[in-house]
Amino acid sequence: MRTHSVLRTSTKLLMPPIMLFALYVQFHGDYGPGGGFQAGVIFAVAFILFTLIFGPARARRVAPEWVTTPMCALGVLLYAGVGVATMLLGGTYLDYNMLAHDPHHGQHLGILLVELGVGLTVWAVMVTIFLTFVERHAQREAAADPDAEEDGHA
Amino acid sequence: MEQVIDIVLLAFMVVVALAMIHLRNLFAVVMLSGIFSLLSAALFVVMDAVDVAFTEAAVGAGISTVLMLGTLALTAREESPRPRRHALLPLAVVTVTGAALIYGTLDMPHFGDPDAPIHQHVAPRYIVDSPREVGPPNMVTSVLASYRGYDTLGETTVIFTAGMGVMVLLGGLRSRRRKRRDPASPGSDTGETRP
Repeated sequence: MRTHSVLRTSTKLLMPPIMLFALYVQFHGDYGPGGGFQAGVIFAVAFILFTLIFGPARARRVAPEWVTTPMCALGVLLYAGVGVATMLLGGTYLDYNMLAHDPHHGQHLGILLVELGVGLTVWAVMVTIFLTFVERHAQREAAADPDAEEDGHA
Repeated sequence: MEQVIDIVLLAFMVVVALAMIHLRNLFAVVMLSGIFSLLSAALFVVMDAVDVAFTEAAVGAGISTVLMLGTLALTAREESPRPRRHALLPLAVVTVTGAALIYGTLDMPHFGDPDAPIHQHVAPRYIVDSPREVGPPNMVTSVLASYRGYDTLGETTVIFTAGMGVMVLLGGLRSRRRKRRDPASPGSDTGETRP
């Protein structure tokens, strides 16, 4: 992909707006369409675009396995943890009213944390699945042709 | 006017679905499935379900298409030709099932009917009480994250499980490193003859 300078440059230009839009969708879900699911997917799209143009090896440097793999579980744990926190504060499971003195603030905080958990898990899982597919492909190419570069960007 | 758009979009979806059945080139089929998702997203926008449309466009038209292309890179681009034979039994099953489904729709409330059971069950409560009970102006978020918090936790767990499944099946984590050291291990099913 070294020669595709148009693709490389436009990818670099597109990535920040995509990620910013994902954050907007994530944190503006209370007011407009969107939420954790959509935001996680859009954030993952930025990484997928990067992988398509620059290859899995460089993508793994941006999103290493030790970040994405625990992140898959971290989102679910954050979500479930909010439920445990509301129970410890004296409410029922996922009763966000307990999180603050004002029920509205509690609901707001609870929804924010829960959506963040959803976003984290969705992002991490999407990136993991895609990179696993691509790395498997690169591995096969390398097995078929030992002289070829494995990461595909060189 | 809205119904005209609905009919046009649904007609496009039928055409795309028929094309997907006929084509043997899997690359084209994957692209058409992305178009199918985008059409249904447009349909959801017409129905004012923007949250669902957003998800359909991002997941159905975006991520699924990319993952399918990734799968194609690992498998084959062409569907292997099947011997042509008359399949009367499957045709009968499909016809009877389709007829039963159409018969079932006759009893259903009309499209957009405000008296339909779905609009009389919990929806009025969400519409009336959610600004006071939960707060966010987007009621979909209130329902998704607060009223139906358990469901969403379950959905997140499903996505987590999918990720773990792919990692285990496609040799993420440790098994990949082991394979790299020992390329002739029984687990490696690359199907390529090694030099």
